[in-house]
Amino acid sequence: MNEFLHQLLAGLATGGIYASVALALVMIYQATHHINFAQGEMAMFSTFIAWTLIQAGFPYWGAFAITVVLSFVVAAAIEFAVIRPMHNAPVLSVVVVFIGLLVIFHSLAGFLFGYTIKPFPSPFPADAWYGGSLMSAHEVGAIVVALGMVSLLFMFLRLTPLGLAMRAAAQNAASSRLVGINVGRMLMLGWGLAGAIGAVAGMMVAPVVFLDPNMMTGVLLYAFAGALIGGIDNPIGAVLGGFIVGVLENLLGTYVVGTELKLSVALVLIIAVLIVKPSGLLGKTIVTRV
Amino acid sequence: MTHLLEVRGLHARYGATQVLKGLDLDVAEGQVTALLGANGAGKTTTLRALCRFMVQASGSVTLAGERIDGRSTEQIAQLGVGHVPDGRGTFMGLSTEENLQLGAYARRTRSGVADDMERIYGYFPRLRERATQQAGTLSGGEQQMLAIGRALMGRPRLLLLDEPSFGLAPLIVKDIFSIMKRINREEKVSILLVEQNAKLALDLADTAYLLETGRVVLSGPSADMRRNDAVRRAYLGE
Repeated sequence: MNEFLHQLLAGLATGGIYASVALALVMIYQATHHINFAQGEMAMFSTFIAWTLIQAGFPYWGAFAITVVLSFVVAAAIEFAVIRPMHNAPVLSVVVVFIGLLVIFHSLAGFLFGYTIKPFPSPFPADAWYGGSLMSAHEVGAIVVALGMVSLLFMFLRLTPLGLAMRAAAQNAASSRLVGINVGRMLMLGWGLAGAIGAVAGMMVAPVVFLDPNMMTGVLLYAFAGALIGGIDNPIGAVLGGFIVGVLENLLGTYVVGTELKLSVALVLIIAVLIVKPSGLLGKTIVTRV
Repeated sequence: MTHLLEVRGLHARYGATQVLKGLDLDVAEGQVTALLGANGAGKTTTLRALCRFMVQASGSVTLAGERIDGRSTEQIAQLGVGHVPDGRGTFMGLSTEENLQLGAYARRTRSGVADDMERIYGYFPRLRERATQQAGTLSGGEQQMLAIGRALMGRPRLLLLDEPSFGLAPLIVKDIFSIMKRINREEKVSILLVEQNAKLALDLADTAYLLETGRVVLSGPSADMRRNDAVRRAYLGE
């Protein structure tokens, strides 16, 4: 029983990471109706920036803050310079560009920082009161951070006029212009926020799996699955989906199929959920009159 | 008399297709001005050209003495032009309430938004019943009311209405047009109305322009237009 609980909580811990990256994916989707396949690599690159700052002598939270702001700015710039010129292009062309960004960020990280794995510090001290035998202090901290981000994002998107304007701009850019919304600015804001969220996710996962350019490759697929299960248009759903995928991956890997097949089984379950409820567990089904 | 809206030499094209070939148009303050014409005459294009929306346009457009033809669509909206597009332009995935809130987005002062929503619900009680419902599930008439309400939430000086009767049952259309008469009087909003239904438009409007293939061929007070033989034969079926 204790073993099961341990696996469950370990699943929640990894789930927290998937949830954070899934949140960034949902953020960009809400703002642009595109899936950013480069999200994981951008998060990894941000983490390397933080690492560089820490190596240069910056205190942890100083490096954290600078990295988050820098990630916001760079992501917004990418939207303006790379994605915006393609706003009339067919979806598949945009997907190719996203994959291109993925490769560029990955190779750039390898070129600039090397492929040897590096340790990354955790802001949650190992002997903190909230850590214990079942979950380490960092795992608890990472989950709290993921939940905190989703609450803030949810409140921003649902309860503020700016959040409403962002959702509107993604849904119907033409009508948004007619009510005075600067659609381009909304897109940059969405990307910027996703970049910042991704940076936080990267800095939460690096202490556990160690920092190298391949750090996020596995995570992105699970995060993507989590976002789809929970509903790609719902931040709460994305986080819920991330946790579900984390727990499933761990429990299935330990008790049912062993590590080789756990990805396949997880994906089969995802397909099953989507067949039954295509918009995801918490996603909204959009009804249109014909 | 200075007009709220003065348009001189408006040209507009979609790609290589020239649709408007030099339009002159005035909308007097506080009045309803109608744009009539058959399909393809360029009525919708005129409204779009005024907002620099989806069409390449040139020519001078002056709103309350200020030139707006160099601005972007969203800037023109912020200056007090409420455009109710053809097809309603509803935000389908958002609720009725959220659609109305978006109408108030560009306003400088956030105060009074709740009061304005109350006033819109006063004009269109059906929208209050559907406040939290997804806007895509509303009927055509309700979506038209929502589109008008959304434009009004911006407290516009000028309301551009593109074919409000399109695809709606006659009773609903009658309802909406009588509400628009009230809105024109009570809100003191000037209205530029595009309508294929000439009879409805001339009943509501003070002045009318007749468009044919991108040019104004006739204009004047609606009483005169109603008596004009050419208009009666071609557009009123008399």
